[in-house]
Amino acid sequence: MSLGPARPPGTVALVDYGAGNLRSVENALREVGAAVVVTHDPEAVRRADRVVVPGQGAMPACAEAMRRSGVEAALREAIARGAPVLGICVGLQILFEAGEEAGGARGLGLVPGTIRRLPAGVKLPHIGWSPLRAAGPLDPLLAPLDGQYAYFAHSFAAPADAPGVQLLADHGRPFCAALARGNLFAVQFHPEKSQAVGLSFLRRFVGI
Amino acid sequence: MPAKRIIPCLDVKDGRVVKGVNFQHLRDAGDPVEAAARYDAQGADEVTYLDIAATLENRGTLLELVTRTAARVFAPLTVGGGVRSEQDFVALLHAGADKVSVNSSAVREPGLVDRLSAIAGAQALVVAVDVKRRPRAQGRPQEWEVHVAGGSRPTGLEGLAWCREVAARGAGELLLTSMDRDGTRAGYDLELLEQVCGAVTIPVIASGGVGTLEHLAEGLRFADAALAASIFHDGKHTVQEAKAFLRARGIEVRPS
Repeated sequence: MSLGPARPPGTVALVDYGAGNLRSVENALREVGAAVVVTHDPEAVRRADRVVVPGQGAMPACAEAMRRSGVEAALREAIARGAPVLGICVGLQILFEAGEEAGGARGLGLVPGTIRRLPAGVKLPHIGWSPLRAAGPLDPLLAPLDGQYAYFAHSFAAPADAPGVQLLADHGRPFCAALARGNLFAVQFHPEKSQAVGLSFLRRFVGI
Repeated sequence: MPAKRIIPCLDVKDGRVVKGVNFQHLRDAGDPVEAAARYDAQGADEVTYLDIAATLENRGTLLELVTRTAARVFAPLTVGGGVRSEQDFVALLHAGADKVSVNSSAVREPGLVDRLSAIAGAQALVVAVDVKRRPRAQGRPQEWEVHVAGGSRPTGLEGLAWCREVAARGAGELLLTSMDRDGTRAGYDLELLEQVCGAVTIPVIASGGVGTLEHLAEGLRFADAALAASIFHDGKHTVQEAKAFLRARGIEVRPS
């Protein structure tokens, strides 16, 4: 997408669906100047200038919590009205149609494809810093990440040929480390835990 | 494969950093948040806090420390010590820990590993295993015995079997400490590392005994990450120096 002129950060709705560590994402967004609203209220998501869907835990539980709370509908509206949206880790995974974690999960279906377990033969979970590489021409938001190391903590991943794939990483197989579809962005790594590289990325996201 | 990680470890007691030898003779080594921020600035791949007193009265102090650290440190933060329940685990994650480690409570109740792993995924759960060499019986392979309560109590559990069990129950990583080497600066117990890394398919963090940069390189031949305390606390080496040394040895580390 064209990034256009930078806008002030405005409000970022950080979607809270009950599990895991939101605090790290919240801290990192505040560090880069965003006004963060941690919420599971669909109305707060509708009012926000930007939406961040963090992720920790299992894809089935996260997708189900988003449906039940009504945040799924608000998220779809945010994407439709052109608000920048960022999914992180499980927040990337739930955008897909389906996942094979915990016996199978139905995702939000915003991106075609299935989330699969990384292959046996490598250490799982994939925990640590892996280099990112371009899958093709890069969106300006993601371009500075090419060649950088980012912090990962996951066992499941989107396919390397996922629609909108921008950056790849490798663990047993290449997988989708970042994607961009218009104003919808998602990353498998944790920008909030990727030190300067991650903070720069979040600073660019809140400045789109 | 991800880059090999360098993890400075801060033993914390009553909100302060302490360092001992063989888990004894503690001395004050400063403010944890300042130390964590310093290591973050040096490009540490992760920072670990282990609350070695871990009394119930001090849970508030630890949570407050984690909260303050998470507001300043944008590298992964692992916190352990005295985690006895789902509530303890979740409270640390909510305060800003990215991973929580359990030790004694997992031995007391192995099912806790399964339950904690289900809460936020295996990647948020580290099982810390403290082991000590058993006298080697003639014709028998070397064995290690699991100890709990800060290394003060032998459990009778055999180390390799316990590592396999917690991995199967849903641990995301093992933090493996050789009590024989801890604080001695004599190097990691490499035989232990080789055995455990061959026994499990989850990442293993090597701990106990680092005195030189060469020791880090030795441990990372087997382990996925190297945890070290005194070589960094004493200002003997920075994380950058450690990484430059490892890179020169052909070990993949993240630039810092």
